[in-house]
Amino acid sequence: MQNGDQHYSMEDETYTDIDGKAISLECQSHSGFCREFTVSSAKVSIGRVMAYTCAVWLSAYIIFFVTENTAVLSSAIIITLVGMMVHIHFVKVDHETLLIIGSLGVQVSSSYASGRESTDFIEMGKIKDIVINEAIHMQTVIYYLCILLKDPSDPEAVSSVVPLFQSSKPRLNCLVKVYKSCQEILAKC
Amino acid sequence: MVLKIFFPQCCNKADSGLLVGRWIPGQNSAVVLAVIHYPFIPGQVKQYIHQMRGQSGVDLTVLGSWSMPKEGQEGMESFLRDLSTIFPQGQWLQLSREMGKIGFGCHVLTRDQNGKLLQQEKELKEGGGGEKGEGKKGGKGGEGKKGGGEKGGTKKGGEKKGEEKKVEGEKGGGEKDKVIFIHYEQRKVMLSQLHPIENGVPDPQTESQLPQVFGTVCQSEPLFFLDKYDDSPVKLTHWQSEGREGSIIVELMKQASTPVCLLTTWILTLWTSLCSSRILNVRPMRFISSKLSTCVQLSYRTEHLQTVCSPTRATAHNHFMRKANISVSFFVDVCLGLLLVWWMYRENRIGKLANTLVPAADHVAKELEELLQWLMGAPAGLKMNRALDQVLGRFFLYHIHLWISYIHLMSPFVEMILWYVGLSACLGLTFALSLLSDITALLTFHIYCFYVYGARLYCMTVYGLSSLWRLFRGKKWNVLRQRVDSCSYDLDQLFIGTLLFTILLFLLPTTALYYLVFTLLRLVVVMFQGVVHLSVDFINSFPLFAMGLRLFRSYRLAEGVKFRVLCEEPGTPLHLMMDINPLKVSSVVQTYRTPTYSCYPKDSWLALCKKLFLGELIYPWRHKTTKID
Repeated sequence: MQNGDQHYSMEDETYTDIDGKAISLECQSHSGFCREFTVSSAKVSIGRVMAYTCAVWLSAYIIFFVTENTAVLSSAIIITLVGMMVHIHFVKVDHETLLIIGSLGVQVSSSYASGRESTDFIEMGKIKDIVINEAIHMQTVIYYLCILLKDPSDPEAVSSVVPLFQSSKPRLNCLVKVYKSCQEILAKC
Repeated sequence: MVLKIFFPQCCNKADSGLLVGRWIPGQNSAVVLAVIHYPFIPGQVKQYIHQMRGQSGVDLTVLGSWSMPKEGQEGMESFLRDLSTIFPQGQWLQLSREMGKIGFGCHVLTRDQNGKLLQQEKELKEGGGGEKGEGKKGGKGGEGKKGGGEKGGTKKGGEKKGEEKKVEGEKGGGEKDKVIFIHYEQRKVMLSQLHPIENGVPDPQTESQLPQVFGTVCQSEPLFFLDKYDDSPVKLTHWQSEGREGSIIVELMKQASTPVCLLTTWILTLWTSLCSSRILNVRPMRFISSKLSTCVQLSYRTEHLQTVCSPTRATAHNHFMRKANISVSFFVDVCLGLLLVWWMYRENRIGKLANTLVPAADHVAKELEELLQWLMGAPAGLKMNRALDQVLGRFFLYHIHLWISYIHLMSPFVEMILWYVGLSACLGLTFALSLLSDITALLTFHIYCFYVYGARLYCMTVYGLSSLWRLFRGKKWNVLRQRVDSCSYDLDQLFIGTLLFTILLFLLPTTALYYLVFTLLRLVVVMFQGVVHLSVDFINSFPLFAMGLRLFRSYRLAEGVKFRVLCEEPGTPLHLMMDINPLKVSSVVQTYRTPTYSCYPKDSWLALCKKLFLGELIYPWRHKTTKID
């Protein structure tokens, strides 16, 4: 517990994403009208990293054995390093956060494995509603939480949809929890 | 709605006083810009605010009072309460902070229609669980005492009344209205520009909150000229109080810029009048100068310099950025050009280059001759029509012979010409690259000629074949109706038509082969020129200044804001920190690209292939004649 905030990080139910991997949800209530939800995905697994590195280096060594060209080995090292850096900086999302502040707006932020954060803030005046939508993805139906934005010319129409938690892709039980909390705040303000 | 107070970070430790700022209509929010300290005369404060309102155009008012009591200043609170009677307001904020505590306390007093203070005060709690009316936090001690040295003479009577009202109000219990404090860094918000940039004046009622906040802080610059260390009747605290900022270099450059701009504008008017004089405007000269990319680049740079050196100051953000981008690009361009010139002329490399130019042209001509000899034989095992082959081959060989003689005629002068023309690279790297493109075009002129000959021949063959094929089937092209109609031909027409068709058909492989070879050569040259033009375009249009701003002063170009919840103490309202979310790098380039006569492929790939197949002349890179924004 911190300073009057209410923190729920120990959950009785474990959440998974649509592929079945375990994720965790943390809800933090800073005030009556300000709440923060963090969905964390699994971290980079050391086993997979080692598997990829070994595969690349083994193939490089075989090519070196055939061609007797040392440039192959150095290029394999460079490729592995660059690939890893690109992966943790641009691809691997560590956790995604939704901060909803009543009558101010909603802030959506993704934090990557290297620590980089990309944030987007949507003002309350532009938000029509926060809903759970269904989508048909290959042979399954998946649910996702999204923010509906108002059209400036027509207040009743929806101009665009901002999907949330795109990388962690939590399942319906997690989404319902977040949805209920958000709707409480949207109703108040 | 929740009350939002935008509070500058520089005023966190300010002494007690009045809050000056602006209420944002329709959003129930207030932007605090500065704090006016004691001692002050209310009349002078009102006059000063009226003056500032006129100068800045922002609807400034006194928002409320701020109290951060230091030792020996207890008892200001009641005094502060009564200030609300002096400055008539719809809502009066009383912000307070105690030393050693992080959170602020806030009271809001509202006025009803009669202008009297409402009995009911709204106390503020933190939200979440605690709904109990907690005690009076945030410095309400010491009622009945005044702090030292205020000049508020009329306040004595009012103070007593205020006390009584306060007591009654407290007993009545407060409404649980909510407040958010949003801390912002004043200097950064003042200097930053929110994107996407709105052109024109937006309607203040429908404009969203953040642009209004940014606009308020940005336009209130006149308010930030005086601060508490100046000798003036009104003492303010704002971002300048942390230490005035200024750069000597920037000030010197500002002073020097006006005469330099005037001088450059005068030179440029001379140059443009020279360029548009009668002598240089003769038709052939205009045609040549429109084809030579160096001249195009020269005229383009002249235009740029005219934009930059206009003596009027750029007020709009877009104009300022455009001017800055152009001047930085030009400066970098000239530096790179000078670097290139220094490197080229150092060990007389330019002389060596000139000496290799004529042998290179010779070598190219020899290669072409060998190619033609190969074509005249049995190229790639194909069997050519002997007679046509010989004719075409000899024709082209004679051309190459002419070309070689021409080159040899020019060879003594090449070095000198190149030496002097190379000096023009001092004007910039773009000029050097345009020169390179022009020299390539001139040296490969014979390839261009061959391509035109081959293409025309092939084109004629293809058209003839298609027309005779229609005749073969008994059809005709109707020019009036633009369609194929059936037609009855005479026997002799059919006979001759079929003969010609057969001849053309069997000559087609030969002409097609020559066309193919020369088109490929031409495409190689065109690709090279295209690459050079693209790089010139890139240097011209890339917004270096905007990129530099994004990398080193990222707060100046804002895409939006980010909020961070600050750790607070229980019993205080919610505090958020508003940071500036800088613009993405791709958006920077897209928004601030200088419009150029950009080089772009005129046709799509499909259209290009169709033209090649039919034998039409292709000019894949087209310059736009007018600039687009």
